[in-house]
Amino acid sequence: MSRKTNQSEGKINQYRRNFLARTTAIAGMTVAPGVILNSVAQAKPVDQPASNKNRWGLLIDANKCSSGCNSCVTACHEENGVTGFGNPETDAQWIRKVKLTDKQTQKVQTIPLMCQHCEHPPCVDVCPTNASMKREDGVVLVDKHACIGCRYCMMACPYGARSFLHEPTTEQKYPRGQGTVESCTLCVHRIDDPNGPRNPACVEACNAEGHKAMWFGDLKDPNSEITKRLKEYGGVQIRADLGLNTGVRYQNLS
Amino acid sequence: MKTIRFTELEGRSPGFFALMAILIAIIGAGIVSALMMHGQGHHITGMTNRIVWGTPHVFAVFLIVAASGALNIASIASVFGRTVYKPLSPLSMVLSVTILVGGLAVLILDLGNPEHLLDVPLTQFLYNSMPSRWTRSVFGWNFILYTGFIFVVGIYLWFSLVPQYKKFSKAASIFAFVWRLALTTGTGLIFGFLVAREAYDAAILAPMFVVYSFAYGLAIFSLVLIPTYIWTGRELGDVIVNRLKSLLGIFVAASLYFVIVLNLTNFYSAAKGEGIQSFLLFGDNSYSSAFWIGQILIGSILPLAIAFYPKLKARGALLTAAAMVVVGGLSQMYVTIIGGQAYPMDMFPGKTVESITNDGGIAAYSPTIYEVLLGLAGIGITIFLVVFAMNVLRILPESLADKDVDPHHSA
Repeated sequence: MSRKTNQSEGKINQYRRNFLARTTAIAGMTVAPGVILNSVAQAKPVDQPASNKNRWGLLIDANKCSSGCNSCVTACHEENGVTGFGNPETDAQWIRKVKLTDKQTQKVQTIPLMCQHCEHPPCVDVCPTNASMKREDGVVLVDKHACIGCRYCMMACPYGARSFLHEPTTEQKYPRGQGTVESCTLCVHRIDDPNGPRNPACVEACNAEGHKAMWFGDLKDPNSEITKRLKEYGGVQIRADLGLNTGVRYQNLS
Repeated sequence: MKTIRFTELEGRSPGFFALMAILIAIIGAGIVSALMMHGQGHHITGMTNRIVWGTPHVFAVFLIVAASGALNIASIASVFGRTVYKPLSPLSMVLSVTILVGGLAVLILDLGNPEHLLDVPLTQFLYNSMPSRWTRSVFGWNFILYTGFIFVVGIYLWFSLVPQYKKFSKAASIFAFVWRLALTTGTGLIFGFLVAREAYDAAILAPMFVVYSFAYGLAIFSLVLIPTYIWTGRELGDVIVNRLKSLLGIFVAASLYFVIVLNLTNFYSAAKGEGIQSFLLFGDNSYSSAFWIGQILIGSILPLAIAFYPKLKARGALLTAAAMVVVGGLSQMYVTIIGGQAYPMDMFPGKTVESITNDGGIAAYSPTIYEVLLGLAGIGITIFLVVFAMNVLRILPESLADKDVDPHHSA
């Protein structure tokens, strides 16, 4: 009997804890929208490796993405210290705006395109030195110390999301190096923030502009905004035919 | 058949030193180009984030494919028992290794960070060698296949040249033959496994590269053999030359068959047919010219005609046909590697795509002198090493006169 009572008390406590956690999360989101994520509870200590309990991803609403706006690109490149040399063909482009015109209806949409952080990344498969890698939490990165600059990953990437550093680098914010390949890191330094994961610079900038076309979050957390939105409205993968299970999804792409 | 005597090159004539000096200059120019690319960055080349592999890769992949093909003469002699080719076996083995070294040198010198190859810890390399990695990284396989090829052919050569080990040479030749098939398959699959790119992503690329390798390797072999015999005053009879010429013709015909099958298959698909296939074959661009004039006319039809037209002088015909096959091979690599990248990837079917990186458009590419010099250095390294090997090893028969190679020949 007493065991049963303990069990039911335990359940009640669990409900209370869940309720409190949700309330706190909702309050947090209301107080600081777009700054601290609702998955703060899952913040990992800096000395802990990334965990496969998370799968970080992005959701992008093509209808909300403004055609004249480039703030996600600017913010990304500022955040990560990616500077150009006035030649778009050889400059690093961690994220780029893509304008799509439907051939039949002439409907025009714009979307940001970046590394899609695939579950089965072709870039990682082909890398001969394991410089291209996927963290346990789904973030696809390049280890600049192991990258030999063969560019096979760039040949393999279906999204043209990777850039080769064609020029010497100066004033780096994060490790970069001439002759190595790089791409969107999903602002991994923000994910690993000791105070809890923060929105990537692109999402932050999009929110600041008031477009709110991008969501960042944990695809494995059923309570995250990104998961809820995906569940409710659906989302598509670019080149879904390749079966890569991308971490970046798009809505209203038609 | 008389016993064939193998001797080294004398290597003391002014011509020899002049040749070596020219080759060193070519290699030096390539190394200086590579150093400049590493000092200033790859922006001094024509390569971009769209055309990520450029002219150096055209030369490098051509040489790597040709390398395995150059071993064919030895394989035909030993694995398939055609004794007439036996005297050519040592040269075939050495040349296959030097061509591979030339190709790999270009690949390595083009890397953005070749020094990181030394930084990559041994554990990383061993990890790559684990079967679980092999299944994913074709480059991982190729690390093993390329270095292994040099080792396997080295052993094969050793067994062939040292009398007491001759009994093992048959087994070594079979092993080397299987290895070279795996190597070229692996090279073909570098492209075959690129699932996202319409120009590649086809299993046929693996056997196609194997057949290409037969033709390219034999062409380079002939281009080394004939001048060597002319310049050193050694006898080279028409029996062997005519056989090589016919063999080259057969290999070119087989290559052409694969080209036709691949292109017809691609045209059958509406998306590919109207897209990349029309671009590569019927576009107003250098790739279509390289395909029709370089690969098909110069690289296939003319060598075929020369190979099977009986009234031509054997040596001149083989030299011309072989040179044409090399031009055709470089053209083919240009179309495959650069043309294949220039056409945009179809990320958004049914839509036109515009972006700062020209996502929906044809990527521009004009190679710079640095890339060309680096690519030529690969050929320079190949020839330098094979001439050096001829100078220190007894791999060249003193005579390849008809009476020496064909027991049934009557003068």
